[in-house]
Amino acid sequence: MIVGQQKPFDEIWAMVRVHRRLTVFGCNTCVAVCHQGGNKEAEILASLLRMRAVQEGVEMDIAHGGIERQCEHPFFESAHELLEGSEAVLSMACGIGVQFVAEKYARTPVYPALNTTFLGDVKTDWHFTEKCQACGDCILGLTGGVCPVTRCCKRLFNGPCGGSSKGKCELSKELDCAWQLVVDRLEALGKLDDYEKITPIKDWSKDRAGGPRSFKLEGF
Amino acid sequence: MAETKTGSKLEKVLRSGVMAVTSECGPPRSSDPSHILAKGNIIKNHVDAINITDNQTSVTRLCSLAACIHLKLQGLEPVLQMVCRDRNRIALQADILGAASFGINNVLCLSGDHQSFGDHPKAQNVFDLDSMQLIQTVRHMRDEGRFLSGDEIKAPPNLFVGAAANPFADPFKIRVPRLAKKVACGAEFIQTQCVYNLDKFELWMKGVVERGLHEQVFIMAGITPMRSVGMAKYMARAVPGMDVPDELVKRLSGVPKDKQAEEGLTIAVEAIQRLKEVKGLAGFHIMAIEWEEKVPEIVERAGLYPRPVIQ
Repeated sequence: MIVGQQKPFDEIWAMVRVHRRLTVFGCNTCVAVCHQGGNKEAEILASLLRMRAVQEGVEMDIAHGGIERQCEHPFFESAHELLEGSEAVLSMACGIGVQFVAEKYARTPVYPALNTTFLGDVKTDWHFTEKCQACGDCILGLTGGVCPVTRCCKRLFNGPCGGSSKGKCELSKELDCAWQLVVDRLEALGKLDDYEKITPIKDWSKDRAGGPRSFKLEGF
Repeated sequence: MAETKTGSKLEKVLRSGVMAVTSECGPPRSSDPSHILAKGNIIKNHVDAINITDNQTSVTRLCSLAACIHLKLQGLEPVLQMVCRDRNRIALQADILGAASFGINNVLCLSGDHQSFGDHPKAQNVFDLDSMQLIQTVRHMRDEGRFLSGDEIKAPPNLFVGAAANPFADPFKIRVPRLAKKVACGAEFIQTQCVYNLDKFELWMKGVVERGLHEQVFIMAGITPMRSVGMAKYMARAVPGMDVPDELVKRLSGVPKDKQAEEGLTIAVEAIQRLKEVKGLAGFHIMAIEWEEKVPEIVERAGLYPRPVIQ
């Protein structure tokens, strides 16, 4: 799923304080799982902003709402009236949702309440870790199901580097060395010899390097 | 491994069967080249080639290629270190051609330290290729006379291709296979991480020899003299992938502060003397960090002087 983290409150306030009618708008799927941008968090953030407005003597009408996903048209039906009547929207979605709202409401300023941080998993209810960079050309089949593009700090395709120590990355003792994980997995699968297969030079044109990506279903 | 493929003096020495000696110099954080030329001139008669580091530890410096050119124009034999951190395949191939155009004969292909350790931790990193793929790239350009794109290179670069190896990093069980992989990619010489744990290095070399890799690639052991017990403790504690045994720290602690540098040099000389006997080892890469003036002394005391004269 997509993981995001709320921006510092002062940064959010600085973006929206010029408006008189603001809607804080939750996105109740990915960013709700990480307790940062769901409809509940939208309600809490709206309350905090109202308090701040009072403290600073700013007259501001702050509404809150939300939908299941800000990246698909059908979900917006229930919120159309709310958004149409807003002077500005503070979107609690990832960057995709923020842009989707901006595209739908061409004359309404839209601000991001979150920093979209990564594509990750839910290790525990409170711990999320990055697992994929959507590079467009998956090699997990070669690397024992561990992604070196995402999890190796130097995204080495034929690692590990000389900084791998006791299973950890040279960048941090908190960080697993991706290539230690690859080697452990290959060994567990009885395929350690596969380590010596050379991963060829990557086609980065399928990554963001090739420009914004899209695809269309033929004959749909 | 007798047939010489390039104009490299280092290659000629290695193929002659004599223990080769290289050293390294770090370029200055300035546009003044006199510093790197002075360093090179101090050691030139005691080594076969001089590595020029490429923004080592991710700290911005005068570029490796320009520093190599300065040395080459003075008749010295540089080894161009190239890291994958800062340049994509277009820039790397361009710099390889540029190096060859100045008659630079040696390249060392590295991944590069992560930028978070350097002076610009907020920089983007590139890593379009990794070090193995860079080895393949230089060999492809040289041997096939083509760019990675497949386009022909009218005058291909003719570089002797090296790589690094760290026998002390984890997981240890893949350290020999990792070397085999670099050899399969086309590495012709290897310069290792600083060797302090001689037992572990010998164990690694045993694995290298068992697989016959020493017959396919020239392996040079990295030697870095300790200047003080503080440096030894720092390297043990803070430098990733460095294996500094407790006995070495204790030995340096046992001598007065003003004699520790001398003791560090003696330890380095003793290490060379012991490792000279290791089967499959082809030479030494002496990295005296900001202490280049001691390289001649180490080389002489270790019995590696005079260096062979190559035409």
